[in-house]
Amino acid sequence: MPRLRFAFPAGAGRRAPRSVIPGFRLSLGLTLLYLGLIVMLPIGALLLKAADVGFWGYIAIITSPRTLASFQITITTAAAAALFNAVYGLGLAWVLVRYEFPGKRLLDAMVDVPFALPTAVAGLALTALFAKNGWFGAPLAQWGIQVAYAPAGIVCAMAFTSIPFVVRTVQPVLEDMEPELEEAAATLGATDFTIFRRVIFPTLFPAFLAGTSLAFARSLGEFGAVVFIAGNQPFRTEIVALLTFIRLEEYDYAAAAAIAVTMLGLAFLMLLVVNAVQTWHQRSAMGEG
Amino acid sequence: MAAPVNRNRHRVGDGLRTRAVLLTLVLATTALALIAPLAVIFSEAFARGFSAYAEALVRPDTLHAIGLTLITALVCVPVNIGFGIAAAWAVTKFSFPGRNLLLAVVELPFSISPIVAGVAYLFVYGGQGLFGPFLQAHDIKIVFALPAIILASMFVTAPFVVRELVPLMMAQGRDEEEAAVSLGANGFDVLRLVTLPNVRFALLYGAALCNARVMGEFGAVSVVSGNIRGQTSTLALQIELLYQDSHVLAAFAAATVLAGVALFTLVAKYLIERAERARGERAPARRPGH
Repeated sequence: MPRLRFAFPAGAGRRAPRSVIPGFRLSLGLTLLYLGLIVMLPIGALLLKAADVGFWGYIAIITSPRTLASFQITITTAAAAALFNAVYGLGLAWVLVRYEFPGKRLLDAMVDVPFALPTAVAGLALTALFAKNGWFGAPLAQWGIQVAYAPAGIVCAMAFTSIPFVVRTVQPVLEDMEPELEEAAATLGATDFTIFRRVIFPTLFPAFLAGTSLAFARSLGEFGAVVFIAGNQPFRTEIVALLTFIRLEEYDYAAAAAIAVTMLGLAFLMLLVVNAVQTWHQRSAMGEG
Repeated sequence: MAAPVNRNRHRVGDGLRTRAVLLTLVLATTALALIAPLAVIFSEAFARGFSAYAEALVRPDTLHAIGLTLITALVCVPVNIGFGIAAAWAVTKFSFPGRNLLLAVVELPFSISPIVAGVAYLFVYGGQGLFGPFLQAHDIKIVFALPAIILASMFVTAPFVVRELVPLMMAQGRDEEEAAVSLGANGFDVLRLVTLPNVRFALLYGAALCNARVMGEFGAVSVVSGNIRGQTSTLALQIELLYQDSHVLAAFAAATVLAGVALFTLVAKYLIERAERARGERAPARRPGH
């Protein structure tokens, strides 16, 4: 997902001595060739195709009611899924770092299940859980709540596939937090809630925000898990990724290109947001260390 | 004398009630959100006993999908390992302008929806694409066939090995390689005898993640493969086909194979991290990223 994990300090290249290690041209050449053919060529082709559509053609496609509805559905469900993960992820990270209990190692390993499990399998599993006679679907039906084939199902699918993001960004910051800060606050008479609100949460906040943005970005592009459970009705449960797919199947390549390039733009925007948050995060971490 | 550390320290949220409430809430949510989806796959697959499961699994079309998935992984994973080593070598053993940009491009596929990746590939090799007319004139089939499945899988997995190797190789520096070169070793010997043994666990882990993603990729592959029954449906696509055709048991049986791969990957991760700790190799903090 969008994130620059490692950045070289600016100017390091000039100060470092020339390397005596061989293989610079070969390794860099192979890397550029692979990235060019596998990553940049298709992105370039997509941009070219979208440029063919023309400005007014693009506007007409993007502002068509069905496209706008799919964007609205995708963004609101992704936001709801990110909200769930913000709360659950923070709680999970807290429990994993602060408490000792049997099965803690197992729980820590379980957090990565949504990344390892293929999205189609996740979608199939969630559909089974929320089916009318499913483990969750049957009790919910008695309350008159339908999740499968409704927007709530999309939220569930998106929430499941992005569970690890908040946990894995908050966890290391919480681990590195110095106990002296809390002690000092406690000595000064602050209650636990005040310490959490005034001392702990502000320290966690950049990482927390970065994790939540990552979860949101991932949910915007999710496809496999959602198509199983969503029911895929236009104007109700049709996400942008699915609409792109449908336009392709209708041989409407202009519309597919226009919608795909908009998703690409949205992904780049999220990438910038996450990187900005992360830079802030690193700076605030350095300020304290 | 050992100082009595952390004995009477006040830590927020350590009260018995807070602890009980938080633990209960988090564990209950985990049971519902993480464990139930995993459990329901196996519960559904084995709902009618083992022999029904085995029968539902060994359908010819599912077996064909498994074969296609294995071939794709057998091509993609070694290529990704090769690319990962080359990119990590270039970026960590040499200083050149644009290294951060290069790494940003490597990570780009993580930010792009698999559907967008699939559409982009159609616009390169499809009938409407950049090379479409040329490929048709020479009767070369890429889209809706194995080559496109492999290419799209390479796109979505491009970052996997690199992002495991780079932080570790950067932390290890260049001293050992420089010493080996000054003793007369050539580049490939340095790579084989010095660098790779130092990063073998990270390499294995990256390869395991790459494998899991290749085998489970759905969105990108479903666009470029055409999902032709019994021909270009990989295992993840086969699950959807079976489910749409109301072969629910067969769909869950096929899903257990991929769920098994996922669980195997997590066990591998656990073992690799333990081995890293045992060797005292400081594992770089694993960051989220799919």
